[in-house]
Amino acid sequence: MIGTFPRIPSGCAISGMMSRRARHMTGEAVIKSIALMHDRSNGLGGGFAAYGIYPDFKDHYAFHILYNSKQNRIDTENYLKDKFVIDRCEPIPTRNVEAVTDPPIIWRYFLKIEEKNLYHNNQLIDERDYVVNVVMHINNKIDGAFVMSSGKNMGAFKGVGYPEDIGRFFCLDEYEAYIWTAHGRFPTNTPGWWGGAHPFCLLDWSVVHNGEISSYGINKRYLEMFGYKCELQTDTEVVAYLVDLLHRKQGIPLDLTCKALASPFWKDIDKMKPEQREVFTVLRQVYGSALLNGPFSFIIANSGAMIGLNDRIKLRPMTVGVKDDMVYMASEESAIREICPDLDEVWAAKAGEPIIVELEEGVKV
Amino acid sequence: MSMYLPAEFIVQVDYSRCRSCRRCVAECGFGTLSYQNDRVIADHKKCAACQRCVSTCPEGAITVIHNPLAYKKNYHWTPEHIKNLHKQAATGGKLLTGGGNDKVYKSYFDHMVLDACQVTNPSIDPLREPMELRTYLGSKPDSLSFTCLENGEYKLETEMSPQVRLEVPIVFAAMSFGAISLNAHKALAMAAKECGILYNTGEGGLHKELYAYGDRTIVQVASGRFGVNHEYLNQGAVVEIKCGQGAKPGIGGHLPGEKVNQEVSQTRMIPVGSDAISPAPHHDIYSIEDLSQLIYAIKEATNYEKPVCVKIAAVHNVAAIASGIARAGADIIFLDGFRGGTGAAPTIIRDNLGIPIELALAAVDERLRREGIRNKVSIIAAGGIRSSGDMAKAIALGADAVAIGTAALIAMGCRLCQKCYTGNCSWGIATQRPELTRRLNPEKAAECLTNMIRGWSLELKEILGSLGVNAVESLRGSRERLRGVGLSDTELDILGIKPAGR
Repeated sequence: MIGTFPRIPSGCAISGMMSRRARHMTGEAVIKSIALMHDRSNGLGGGFAAYGIYPDFKDHYAFHILYNSKQNRIDTENYLKDKFVIDRCEPIPTRNVEAVTDPPIIWRYFLKIEEKNLYHNNQLIDERDYVVNVVMHINNKIDGAFVMSSGKNMGAFKGVGYPEDIGRFFCLDEYEAYIWTAHGRFPTNTPGWWGGAHPFCLLDWSVVHNGEISSYGINKRYLEMFGYKCELQTDTEVVAYLVDLLHRKQGIPLDLTCKALASPFWKDIDKMKPEQREVFTVLRQVYGSALLNGPFSFIIANSGAMIGLNDRIKLRPMTVGVKDDMVYMASEESAIREICPDLDEVWAAKAGEPIIVELEEGVKV
Repeated sequence: MSMYLPAEFIVQVDYSRCRSCRRCVAECGFGTLSYQNDRVIADHKKCAACQRCVSTCPEGAITVIHNPLAYKKNYHWTPEHIKNLHKQAATGGKLLTGGGNDKVYKSYFDHMVLDACQVTNPSIDPLREPMELRTYLGSKPDSLSFTCLENGEYKLETEMSPQVRLEVPIVFAAMSFGAISLNAHKALAMAAKECGILYNTGEGGLHKELYAYGDRTIVQVASGRFGVNHEYLNQGAVVEIKCGQGAKPGIGGHLPGEKVNQEVSQTRMIPVGSDAISPAPHHDIYSIEDLSQLIYAIKEATNYEKPVCVKIAAVHNVAAIASGIARAGADIIFLDGFRGGTGAAPTIIRDNLGIPIELALAAVDERLRREGIRNKVSIIAAGGIRSSGDMAKAIALGADAVAIGTAALIAMGCRLCQKCYTGNCSWGIATQRPELTRRLNPEKAAECLTNMIRGWSLELKEILGSLGVNAVESLRGSRERLRGVGLSDTELDILGIKPAGR
């Protein structure tokens, strides 16, 4: 059954690329980049997030859902029909790849919400909160169904296998996106569960993660207080939910959100000017339970930005490269050079310093 | 009948080593030893096994042992029961005791183990990397709001409730001046200042000499309201309303008149020699709404500049009570488990009322989270915290900080003879007798306390490092890092932890 596996610590490879001018690129480059780091994964999980892939349905919530059985799909679709107007639904196209075996049933749905559904006891609820609740319900309450992604004009493609095989399986060479992130997984356990691969997504947030969240226990309990259910038992999901909570729901600016997740040390806060000291002291006081601790490098993305973040003492590698409007982030510099040998700039991300890449001003997706 | 009571301990003097210096005679606060016919003689029945004579004899000539043949063996009628019955037959009174519950209830701390990192996530070496223990006590909002300034920096818009900073998540538990000596109080205050933590006045008021340590002081308002006035409330960093004590839930306090000397009298604002009686409930708190009124009365009196803490004993319904306290406006909840110490309490109360802090803390933290109000209050857990291991486990269960009373007394020299209520403490701690109190050098005792806190903080850093985290907030409430050994499913469920191996 989906969602009952014990938590699986894992090591990994990550790679991400973004065109700040929202130029669309096929998935070939990102597959090539993550494939170079083949040895950082062990064939037990690979996945991709792609932004800008559904221009014809860009105002629809695109749900990518994994099912264990046909019955699970029927149950879930009945629930979806109740919650949304389904403007299109179809199996996600795949091709046969020898190394990818026993895939689940994989469908996608383009959904709109009828306004009357947004009233609960005559109170208008936020559309995105509505979607979050639906995702939480499917993942936690419906057997054998798992929502891979639920954002607009984006999607996650993931499964058990090496990332390059998963990429070919999902025909990613046929999609065009302006942000691609990728993940190759090296779990230290062997569950053949497609939902456990990265990226982890909620709305248009996606997270690919190398490392382990040693503070998972408290991050999870903190999120539960705000209605998030972390029953997938993978530490990465807390990252997506924390960003959603702090940035989307509470309106904390993106860079401060990163500073709450990987906060400066007290010794550095103490040296700040009084006003900044107050900002960062209070940020830690209030969001201490959201602090992500343990070794990690992430690439978090949404429709407008790609963010790289390392843990506070940099226990995982991450390199950043820039070429014209392109920004690359990867576990290894070689994975960037593989697809863009001639970089304008390249540097190693600093511990706890977020790298936030946003679309250039005026660029429309 | 009491005259026939056999002695609990036997003081053995090795006369081949004794040089008749008579130091032991002077050292014993209980009058056990005397010098007669050129030798030290012990009145064994008076011995409390406080180890003062044993520790101070320059020749190492004294040994205190359990009286081996006190009663015929009986698993149901233990020697203690028999002794107590004889005492009551003779006096008709309530039996008193001091210190914490010493009975063989299960210690949940001893049935929990902490996690550590291996391979997949690296442990962190606290000697090489920053390891942060700083903790702020006070009510926190659920969210913050900022405005972005022109220079790209941010300005905080949210108005914060008062926060008190601890360099280590430890405070010294409430022990009143009266129950313990002024020297002991000075030592606690000095150590708190040195370590960047807090000490607690207890219910006995604040001696003028300790005003200098005000910013490191929790001033307590207990049911007797001894020493409470506007100046007192504003001296402290935190004001604590004491509704209950783990060692004696539902019971008030009684400082015998013998302990009320000039200094105690002035500090408590009561006449010399008069008994200081704290009623069981506050006479203005008969409900949660009364408590709320007192909380806000204190906030008014202190200009909303100090967090208000409410201390309660861990009792069966503690989670619901704590929820009420959080909603009543408290900034901090102090939970005191049934192993918590006391200067004096009826033995029957201490040994039979209340619940373990581990269970109470787990229940309260979970309840507050389920209600979505955990941010509104900080939790201090106390009641039998013996080591940094217990502290780490309490933090993992959900405590913001722990309070230590007995451990602090032991650091100052206490041997846990549990005779605090007699006022004869040979170590100069729980007494007001000047010849005894002067034995405790406040500077030396403060150094011992500081050493202990330092030792615990180094150990806590090692534990955090093993867990692969470098800030204490990543352990706080992180029950995923705890496992139970030898606990039933129900106990695991209440503690919110998994069994070891899973």
